[in-house]
Amino acid sequence: MGASQTRTEDVFQELSDKTGFSLEQIRILHKRFRQLSGEEDTISKENLEKIQALDKNPIRNQIIEAFFDKRNQNDGEVGSSREIGFQQFVKVMCHFKPPTLKMTTEDKEAMRREKLRFLFNMHDTDNDGTITLDEYRKVVEELLSKSGAIGLEAAKAIADAAMLEVASINVPHMEPHEFYEGITFEHFEQILKGLEMESRMNIRFLDVDTSTMHCGKSQ
Amino acid sequence: FGELRAGRPRAHLVCVLLIVFVAAASASHDAPQDGTHDPTNVTHKKGFPVLLFNYDHVRTPFEISLWILLALLMKLGFHVIPRVSQVVPESCLLIVVGLLVGGFIKAIGEKAPALDDTLFFLYLLPPIILDAGYFLPVRPFTENVGTILVFAVVGTLWNAFFMGGVMYGVCQLEGGQLASVDLLSCLLFGSIVSAVDPVAVLAVFEEIHINELLHILVFGESLLNDAVTVVLYHLFKEFSAVGTVTVLDGVLAVVCFFVVSLGGLLVGAIYGVLGAFTSRFTSHTRVIEPLFVFLYSYMAYLSAEVFHLSGIMSLIACGVTMRPYVEANVSHKSYTTIKYFLKMWSSVSETLIFIFLGVSTVAGPHAWNWTFVVVTVVLCLVSRVMGVIGLTYVINKFRIVKLTKKDQFIVAYGGLRGAIAYSLGFLLPDHPMKTLFLTAIITVVFFTVFVQGMTIRPLVELLAVKKKKETRRSINEEIHTQFLDHLLTGIEGVCGHYGHHHWKDKLNRFNKTYVKRWLIAGERSMEPQLISFYNKMEMRQAMMMVESGSSAKLPGLISMQNIQPKVESRGRTIPKISKGREEEIRRILRSNLQQTKQRLRSYSRHDLFADPFEDMNENLSEMRFRKQRVEMERRVRLRVNEGRSAEERLFCRVFPISA
Repeated sequence: MGASQTRTEDVFQELSDKTGFSLEQIRILHKRFRQLSGEEDTISKENLEKIQALDKNPIRNQIIEAFFDKRNQNDGEVGSSREIGFQQFVKVMCHFKPPTLKMTTEDKEAMRREKLRFLFNMHDTDNDGTITLDEYRKVVEELLSKSGAIGLEAAKAIADAAMLEVASINVPHMEPHEFYEGITFEHFEQILKGLEMESRMNIRFLDVDTSTMHCGKSQ
Repeated sequence: FGELRAGRPRAHLVCVLLIVFVAAASASHDAPQDGTHDPTNVTHKKGFPVLLFNYDHVRTPFEISLWILLALLMKLGFHVIPRVSQVVPESCLLIVVGLLVGGFIKAIGEKAPALDDTLFFLYLLPPIILDAGYFLPVRPFTENVGTILVFAVVGTLWNAFFMGGVMYGVCQLEGGQLASVDLLSCLLFGSIVSAVDPVAVLAVFEEIHINELLHILVFGESLLNDAVTVVLYHLFKEFSAVGTVTVLDGVLAVVCFFVVSLGGLLVGAIYGVLGAFTSRFTSHTRVIEPLFVFLYSYMAYLSAEVFHLSGIMSLIACGVTMRPYVEANVSHKSYTTIKYFLKMWSSVSETLIFIFLGVSTVAGPHAWNWTFVVVTVVLCLVSRVMGVIGLTYVINKFRIVKLTKKDQFIVAYGGLRGAIAYSLGFLLPDHPMKTLFLTAIITVVFFTVFVQGMTIRPLVELLAVKKKKETRRSINEEIHTQFLDHLLTGIEGVCGHYGHHHWKDKLNRFNKTYVKRWLIAGERSMEPQLISFYNKMEMRQAMMMVESGSSAKLPGLISMQNIQPKVESRGRTIPKISKGREEEIRRILRSNLQQTKQRLRSYSRHDLFADPFEDMNENLSEMRFRKQRVEMERRVRLRVNEGRSAEERLFCRVFPISA
């Protein structure tokens, strides 16, 4: 019993060094992981689908899919896993860490690129490295999916306008017969330059364990 | 260049003439009253007076208009002289003008009008605050509201007590004239001079285009510290008369603070909801729509002032609450009217405030004491810097994105004092030290506006502080902002804790299901935000196109053809159309466009001419149609030499074979 605990501690320490989370944050994430998986070592899509907080979220499926997407593990593999372990879980969470004060501009640029890559992978569902018009249309449709019928009609127009904008900014002088294949990662970076992802795509990771302080369901 | 040279002496000539007029106007008390009748004694019959001079009758409005005209001509003059306005912020120039005018009036022996508090607090301040509140960027404000509140409340308290305490110490040490200043008076003085002033901040920060985060931090602080200032001011004023403050009074003061701030916000929110509700029914009386916005906001301010609540917070709350619903309800013209009237009034107010500040400086009684004044100025800077650094250290522990040293410097340096401090000083009841205080306050205000105002721009350049993003938000950014919101809420859900995004999401949903239904007219209440954004963008593009008259402004030469997958356009059989059919199509197109023009009603003073852009709902599709028509005309012109005939292509565009 004691040996396995020290082993887990070692694993945590290793994870903490690799990902940049503090030891306390890793412990809390581990606790949450166990809660979601029902005390198992891996979680599957069904575990995540049970989370009540995600019920009303229009892009629920994309979020759940992102956890199982092998591209987000930066291993070089593609495709989708069926189950993920704690390490993979933390790796995905890593994309939402805020920048620290000590980071240089290059570090911030790298962080921004990583976050944009995560978003890009979420949109590019067929793993071909570009976001085609259909994929983008799907994205906008999902966003408007909770808004009823008005959403669907407008989604097409909005996606078209957005795609036009990407094309105009990145490839301003296209001949009428040329065809814009899809949004590549470079173009994606270009159009979202103004949003400063490294400051926006963050959530607060708890340093103090508050899961026992919830009154009511925390799942 | 030639134009500028011609403009300069002309502007200056008019200015000189105006100054003379102003002086003449204020000096002419005893305008001769001709034509007075003596009812009892009609012995002599005077000749029928052809020309009379009756100035007293129109005196007040005449003088007010003259002052405003002078202020605006000055503003005009500055922009004609290019080099000066780049180095010196406008506020400084206006104060200098005020000084000159004040000096002139004093020189001719007249009493210059002072910046009296009724004029300032009831007429000059509200337009500026309403303008700021109505156009407050809500997203960065709410994201940083914790930081802003800490700076506003704790920072101002620190400033007030530190300054008051140290001033008291210095006064005791110095002795002489200053020994009679007691602790409470010093604290009162500290509380007046410690608050960052929204007018000054707006005036200076407008011109340096700093990034959104820093702008909202300093500006938000200047707005929210009003509650603290009100409470401290009243507290010390009351007890300065009595002489002592007990612990109970301290506790009551804390309670008072909560009442003042929350009460102000509540009053503002109530009036905001009322305003939004009213705007739901104004679809038939578009002309008076803007007035509702202005009047409800002004009433919110005045109602808050009745109860000594924070008028500024009330005004901000009203503007912020009203805005999304009013904008969904009012016509495009009313929206433009509201925007321009607010900008116009706030601009005039700001100009007048700075000029009057200059005039009052010359006019007011002064009591100069080197120690007091210098220590005040130095202390202001020192306490501000210490406060910001200390508070940032604490705040950074709770912020996701920390504030860097550069940010801290700008926040500290941007803590400008302005006319509010002066007016509060003016409001003091006849206190033995009043003139001393006023002089010190004026010096601090001058120092911050001139020195800090002038140097902040080169400092921002030197430190390479991030500037404001100039371009308008694109549809891609909007899509991804919404996407991010949902994503982050989802990840928070997976992590299991109820964070910032979770509550924001809940609020949005509440807003959508309940509030919007009550406050927005018609179908617009169900429209998701992304769609409203898209519609607004389309509208803007269409208007731009119509205004430019041609399709020259269309972004690039990319069109739908370039992004639609080729599969759709290939293999589409284009039916041959006869000439007769073509004519019919052309006729339909033409008559469709003409129909809108025929909706002009008969002339009436209270009606606006029906305008295609008046009601977005009805005419959006029409506008899209028009835009498409312009686009297809252009492309038809481009492809004249290609295989397909132009008319065929026109036909395909109008009646697309849907995929």
